[in-house]
Amino acid sequence: MNTTGSRHEVSIEADPTVPVIRITRDFDATPAQLVRAHTDPALFARWVGPNGMETEILDWDATTGGRWRYVARSDGEEYGFHGSFHEVRDDRIVQTFTYDGEPDGVALETLWFEDLGGGRTRLHAQSLVDSFEGRDQWLASGMETGVEEGYAKLDALVAEL
Amino acid sequence: MDDDQLSRVFAALADPMRRDIVARLAAGDATVGELAKPYDVSVQAVSKHIKVLAEAGLVSRSRDAQRRPCRLEADVFDLVTKWIERYRRQAQERYERLDAVLAEMQDGERPSHPRLRQQGAVS
Repeated sequence: MNTTGSRHEVSIEADPTVPVIRITRDFDATPAQLVRAHTDPALFARWVGPNGMETEILDWDATTGGRWRYVARSDGEEYGFHGSFHEVRDDRIVQTFTYDGEPDGVALETLWFEDLGGGRTRLHAQSLVDSFEGRDQWLASGMETGVEEGYAKLDALVAEL
Repeated sequence: MDDDQLSRVFAALADPMRRDIVARLAAGDATVGELAKPYDVSVQAVSKHIKVLAEAGLVSRSRDAQRRPCRLEADVFDLVTKWIERYRRQAQERYERLDAVLAEMQDGERPSHPRLRQQGAVS
């Protein structure tokens, strides 16, 4: 579905021994470009989603020791998220993630950008949550928005290019 | 499947020997004795693992036959797989949006992009 015609699939692993979700995904971009798409607030707001929602960045300091806060809006509904940037560097971002609706919950997210060469990068994203119950609820939640809707939004983005 | 059962499934699979037992049952039904053979542990120990897997709904034991073979309950696995698949699809959608953003960034950063070269040749 991307412009090169190749389709990179997400692989997901729910670790049975620690409450962790691991995601791996390849991109046709350099690590520097991926870091920029994760740290530039205007770029980040365009893809973080979820589908059918507008993301507004309220606070953003993507540096080591910095912080972030944004809301996702749809039809009058509003969902807020916030966290800290623990570490931001050329090949790695470590940050916390809290959903405002569950202020006691916090996930530790670690993103590695593995340079595959030739303008390709493998993203390794790991989310560590408080408990297995929390992790499993997280896995079970979401996905109210349909896949078709997601493709439509992507088509619109690609058409802009 | 409720959250409690999903947690029991993940907890049951947290043990490497139980994961191994599940993998072997995926190939076909087996008795506790047969399952215990490759391990350097007692039949009782394997029996305990089977009990945990049964409580999570992953394994059942038939009552009629004398051998009482263990059987994998594939339905439970399908449910867990579906839940993870939903989450995977959500991540896939997010990263396809990121693909589009990255492609646009590259257009801006690379003046030698083929599309731009083509435009230059035309004009």
